[in-house]
Amino acid sequence: MTSPRVRAGGRIAAAFAAARGAGRPALIPYVTAGDPDLAATRGILGALARGGADVLEIGVPFSDPIADGPINQRSAERALRNGVTLRDVLDLAAGLRQDGLPPIVLFTYYNPVHRMGIEPFARAAGEAGVDGVLVTDLPPEEAGDLGAALRATGIDLIFLVAPTSSRERVDRICHEGRGFLYFISRTGVTGVREDLPEGLPDQVRAVRQACRGRLPIAVGFGIGSRRQVEAVATFADGVVVGSALVRLIEELGPAPDRLGRIEAFCRALAGR
Amino acid sequence: MPDPDSRGRFGPYGGRFVPETLMSPLQDLEEAWTECRADPAFAKELDRYLKDYAGRPTPLYLAGNLSRRVGGRARVYLKREDLAHTGAHKINNTIGQALLARRMGKGRLIAETGAGQHGVATATVAALFGMRCAIYMGREDMRRQALNVYRMRLLGAEVVPVLAGSRTLKDAISEAMRDWVTTVRDTHNVRGSVLGAHPYPAMVRDFQSVIGREARRQILEAEGRLPDALVACVGGGSNSIGLFSAFLQDETVRMIGVEAGGAGIEPGKHAARFAGGSVGVLQGTRTFLLQDAGGNILPTASIAAGLDYAAVGPEHACLRDSGRAAYTHASDEEALRAFHVLAELEGIIPALESAHAVACVLRDGPAGGLGDLILLNLSGRGDKDVRQVAVREGTEVEGL
Repeated sequence: MTSPRVRAGGRIAAAFAAARGAGRPALIPYVTAGDPDLAATRGILGALARGGADVLEIGVPFSDPIADGPINQRSAERALRNGVTLRDVLDLAAGLRQDGLPPIVLFTYYNPVHRMGIEPFARAAGEAGVDGVLVTDLPPEEAGDLGAALRATGIDLIFLVAPTSSRERVDRICHEGRGFLYFISRTGVTGVREDLPEGLPDQVRAVRQACRGRLPIAVGFGIGSRRQVEAVATFADGVVVGSALVRLIEELGPAPDRLGRIEAFCRALAGR
Repeated sequence: MPDPDSRGRFGPYGGRFVPETLMSPLQDLEEAWTECRADPAFAKELDRYLKDYAGRPTPLYLAGNLSRRVGGRARVYLKREDLAHTGAHKINNTIGQALLARRMGKGRLIAETGAGQHGVATATVAALFGMRCAIYMGREDMRRQALNVYRMRLLGAEVVPVLAGSRTLKDAISEAMRDWVTTVRDTHNVRGSVLGAHPYPAMVRDFQSVIGREARRQILEAEGRLPDALVACVGGGSNSIGLFSAFLQDETVRMIGVEAGGAGIEPGKHAARFAGGSVGVLQGTRTFLLQDAGGNILPTASIAAGLDYAAVGPEHACLRDSGRAAYTHASDEEALRAFHVLAELEGIIPALESAHAVACVLRDGPAGGLGDLILLNLSGRGDKDVRQVAVREGTEVEGL
């Protein structure tokens, strides 16, 4: 079996490997593209990179985000009011590659991709230099065509694993996923929580065993503090921080020291 | 009745487009439903509740006055789903899903509702079977349908206002899915139409197919032949698919689904997915929907809250592609006129949703290709709409 680390275009695998080499989990912050506006998002992502982000996860705003809690819903609504589309997000990604930022994962619902068309989307994402794509409402059963189109352009199609996933499903996802596995820390929607669910370490270890090291595992949903990041680091390879950051961006609004505050937030998460 | 393929596809439509958290629960649901379908004891129990509790079979009534108004040699039969318990066909499905949920050991039901009919039908069976119940309803719909909100609370359900998005049915569905993602281990999500991820479209059709089985038997008894046309309104499309399902092999029977034409076929002003829509993926299923160039869902509008939704059931999309069913739309104004006509001619106040089907028959009739013998599914009664109609028409009613 080919190691994901040596596969062509595997910037995501390389980022996880580098973090592991440094003895820390890969830090993956999430923001919605276009909230508060597209130019600001580009600046925010630069600040996150300076703050120690290993991979950048960029949300494509969608009108009906069924997996998201209120914080990310409001964020998507703000971006949609700015008229931000998937095409705009791809243009943003292209700019980020020019800025020399870490690997980029698009986090999207399926309909905007479906509307653009699988082949045109894969081509455009390839040209923009996108490294990975995660489609919240596209389980492996429905992802054959998109997976093939993305593979042809060297882009990783990343899948979710949930606490409810059966062993058969975990096996399948480990086999068909690329880049990393995104383990959803709890049944529920995105949002900020204080604690980590009981049993999470064992669940992640079980998935790791099933995967036999094929893919690194990142944990997300409800994680937003250094304390949680440190806890997750003991059993996972990476950690996704979404709603806590989106909430900070919402609270900061147009504050003049916005980018500095966001960089400091990321640096604190990274423990640097 | 052809089943979808193993992935829940009707041709290129349907499927299972949900977050991973819901995949195993949907597989469990499909398994339980497949078991129940083949179990005579389940069928017997379901039949008993449909008969003794919901009041089935519902009558098939030859509407003589309406027929004369339609003109020619028209004979219009009404399938009286408005006479089922709770006042609409929705109860057929909620009894079935509640029995299924009970078998799966789930003690809590959740549902989305637009006009409130599916919410009332779900709250009703939750009361009957002693289950906890939460109904998600857009804040805007709660305001428009205050009476149904109170009915649900009388039945012991918690009605949860949805403040997101347009605050209507689409947002209530999303909110119910968010609840389900969180509570899936002890909760069953009672979907109210032939929408959502597999197995819902096929399962809800199964539970509604009793409409078609009864109607086919009843029209053969009354007329000695099959009807020329079936006419039913289509929101998600559960009452229409329930009727159509028994006639799919009867090639001489035309099937017409009537969507909400709203104020006109322009973006944001209607809910006629086949007139102004394109193929996309929304809330679990691939089907025709109303969307913009970027794949975001467009707002919809209809005088009938139960038809006011951006997507149509995937099996309808398949029936339309194959030409087995045809789809048209009726405007708000046409539906309102039909609402009055049926009340005045037959003494039956239809739900505004069902009034769209009546409007189609009045407009098209035998001259418009429906043939002489027409079977119209009167999917619900209009008590819930009386206040809205009075307000819209500027009629002063004391106490309303």
